[in-house]
Amino acid sequence: MPTVSMTVNGKSVSGEVEGRTLLVQFLRDHLSLTGTHVGCDTGQCGACVVNVNGDSMKSCNMLAASADGAEVKTIEGMANDDGSLGVIQQAFQDNHGLQCGFCTPGMVMTADDLLARNPNPSEVEIREYLEGNLCRCTGYHNIVKSIQAASAAMTAGE
Amino acid sequence: MPKDSGIGAPSKRREDVRFLTGAGNYTDDINVAGQKYVVFLRSSVAHGNLNKVDTAAAAAMPGVVHIFTGDDFAEIGGLPCGWQIHSRDGEPMAEPPHPVLARGKVRHVGDPIAAVVADSVEQARDAAEAIELDIEELPAVVDMTDAISGNAAQVHEEAPNNLCYDWGFVEENRDATMEAFEGAHHVTTLELINNRLVANPMEPRVCIGDFNAPSGESTLYTTSQNPHVIRLLMGAFVLGIPEHKLRVIAPDVGGGFGAKIYHYAEEALCTFAAKTLKMPVKWTCDRSEAFISDAQGRDHKTKIELALDADGKFLAIRTETLANMGAYLSTFAPAVPTWLHGTLMAGTYTTPLIYCNVKAVFTNTLPVDAYRGAGRPEATYQLERVIDVAAREMGIDPVEIRRRNFIPADAYPYQTPVAVAYDTGDYHGTMDKLVEVADFAGFSARREASKAKGKLRGLGICSYIEACGIAPSALVGQLGARAGLFESCTVRVNAAGGVVVMTGSHSHGQGHETTFPQVVSEMLGMPEEMIEIVHGDTGRGPMGMGTYGSRSIAVGGAAMVRATEKIIAKATRIAAHLMEASHEDVEFKDGMFSVAGTDKQVDFGSVALSAYVPHNYPLETLEPGLEETAFYDPSNFTYPAGAYACEVEVDEDTGVVEIASFAAADDFGNIINPMIVDGQVHGGIGQGIGQALLENCVYDESGQLASGSFMDYAMPRADDLPMYTVDHSSITPCTHNPLGVKGCGEAGAIGSPPAVINAVVDALQSGGHNVTHLDMPASPDRVWAAIQAAK
Repeated sequence: MPTVSMTVNGKSVSGEVEGRTLLVQFLRDHLSLTGTHVGCDTGQCGACVVNVNGDSMKSCNMLAASADGAEVKTIEGMANDDGSLGVIQQAFQDNHGLQCGFCTPGMVMTADDLLARNPNPSEVEIREYLEGNLCRCTGYHNIVKSIQAASAAMTAGE
Repeated sequence: MPKDSGIGAPSKRREDVRFLTGAGNYTDDINVAGQKYVVFLRSSVAHGNLNKVDTAAAAAMPGVVHIFTGDDFAEIGGLPCGWQIHSRDGEPMAEPPHPVLARGKVRHVGDPIAAVVADSVEQARDAAEAIELDIEELPAVVDMTDAISGNAAQVHEEAPNNLCYDWGFVEENRDATMEAFEGAHHVTTLELINNRLVANPMEPRVCIGDFNAPSGESTLYTTSQNPHVIRLLMGAFVLGIPEHKLRVIAPDVGGGFGAKIYHYAEEALCTFAAKTLKMPVKWTCDRSEAFISDAQGRDHKTKIELALDADGKFLAIRTETLANMGAYLSTFAPAVPTWLHGTLMAGTYTTPLIYCNVKAVFTNTLPVDAYRGAGRPEATYQLERVIDVAAREMGIDPVEIRRRNFIPADAYPYQTPVAVAYDTGDYHGTMDKLVEVADFAGFSARREASKAKGKLRGLGICSYIEACGIAPSALVGQLGARAGLFESCTVRVNAAGGVVVMTGSHSHGQGHETTFPQVVSEMLGMPEEMIEIVHGDTGRGPMGMGTYGSRSIAVGGAAMVRATEKIIAKATRIAAHLMEASHEDVEFKDGMFSVAGTDKQVDFGSVALSAYVPHNYPLETLEPGLEETAFYDPSNFTYPAGAYACEVEVDEDTGVVEIASFAAADDFGNIINPMIVDGQVHGGIGQGIGQALLENCVYDESGQLASGSFMDYAMPRADDLPMYTVDHSSITPCTHNPLGVKGCGEAGAIGSPPAVINAVVDALQSGGHNVTHLDMPASPDRVWAAIQAAK
């Protein structure tokens, strides 16, 4: 079996995987990073979104082998160094942007990617960027508000 | 100023920290050392004779531990149904067996046939594909009208003509209702479909069966809304495992919406396999499998008639409904189109005579059971649609016709003609609030603005009521429930401070870990952080009935209040002893006991310590310790109600409908955490708009599921939905539970579909298109076709 090596949340990791092993399986099963979730099998729901080399990626749609040598960030890497919630995470808590929590890691990772590209997105831009992330609990209202709040907090902090 | 803690405060959710850092503990995140993996082989046809299941070649494949088939369950019970309905002729419903694994016949696509246990998921999957099946395909019956036509395939021998039951309600009012139609000034008739939906909580179901051979104890980890109910149903009725040898754990659960209430075959299989093989086994459902194994929702065909007098007063309602049960009776399926549906047909109105006829029908489709709202959305949809049509036919404003018929605010308690008695409400009040927050006054200007953009704008309203907090055990027992519907709570005060609350309610997104401590904090006068909630584990709390039907705070919260009251009563006696006073003279306020008229006082923490270190303690009259349990069985349902308004913009050329705005004015009684209540309403409205505009579960004529993935089943996405205006400042507290609460979980999903469709029809009418009704979902093709047909 091939060996893959990558940096996940700033730590070097490697492991033996089958050719068909998906990145999400490598994260969950090999690294026990179970914050990344699997909510569908057609690349539609976005519960598995992680950041690979600066781009948000659906980790169920990518082979672990394809991430060899990559810089990967998951929900477990989003808190501040002191363990407190990062700006986006805090905005989700403050604005009740999550209920059951299952889609939440993907939402936070997608929001992180959006705000890196567009620090002041409009409501329409936020909703369009969340096109690939399904939530069944919130009706999206508070997710949009959370991302708006994170955007405001980041802009104010600069 | 809003409070910053306790009842009424928008306390931030403590559970969010783990969910936001990837530290949640969902069932699929759990791995038991040495676990094997289960993969189910399921029927690919909707109906057929299962002549042969040959596992020989598959069993010899690499990594395969064992393969279970229907024969393994021949001597074991099938999945039980928790509610029995009687037909109009007094006969009990047809209740055909529901095997764990199919034997002899398969009855829907996805019907489980065999379960492979192997060292890895991949090996189990490969082996499942190698099982040789001989299925002789039979004609399938999908459409409900066909199913009871006398010419259709039979789903079960035990259910002639595919009829499960033929229910009439209220039978005693039938003749009087028919008579009222004879002499009525106006009768409005509407035929409609309440579309079949897939609940689709974002977390697919997962089960892990484990068995401890020395103790003989089975443990099931499962994605359930009610682990105690699963323990009872599976232990007593399927596998014959006594409750003291069976523990069911539902840890973090990623949404339910009804689909995780029921006892499923996979739970029984995994528990049985672990015990048989003496090794842990895990099954993780993928989404494609969820579409063909989770119980689905709604799927009613209804004809409703409303009789009115010349002033638009409602005289009588009669309905005929076909309700799809699918191929087997899911746990609470028979109750949904009957007691959760017929009893709501009075709505918020004084209609004196109501008669509903419901025929429940078997078809070769997935089982159908409760989905957010469960029967109440179906009732509300037909009622609020037929009222709108009647208003248009009679030339009465839709708000005005509702106001003429509302139960007046001074009429409570109000006995409806459909068994239930509303304790309290104010429907004019919520309508007044809606008119204000939705800015009805500005609608004509907004309509003009839309017109200038080339869009037709419509305004639709709805006045809904629901029966929540299900409910008095004695009553539901009379109605056919095979379970009690109380809730339980144990409150444990620890010696060195801190309180653990063990509740039978289950949180799968509702935020109980935050709201329940708010109540106890208020009662005991201690910070919320000192109070911890334990739920979802039959090994760690008293028998409880779980979370569904917006019952958690109304029933589970009430049990928690009762247990906390017992704590305060005992602590008062301990405090009285410590202060050398009579307990009748001791007052408890803000965490402090004091003797009236003196400066004597002792704090709650000292009393708790004294209870566990009883050196100076009235041991002759009082046991040590400070832990109390309460079981609460309510005396009535609760009746949340409200009024919703939706504005849409319709593009005549394409049929595309956009939600322009959505406003909700609800009366939920007292509110524990307004932030969480807002979130519950948002989510319900999102699902309701999904039903009205996007979602549709479709089978083709052969019973194949045509909408079996997120590519084919249109889940609402962020850019399909608007921001919502939500108001719950209209409050008529529930009169029969200690918190005065009513429940808020389902309201959004109940009130929004009729508001959306009423708005779409209003938009089309405003453009001169004489469209009376559109079935959900009002997708662009349907809207466009309706416009063309009206030309």
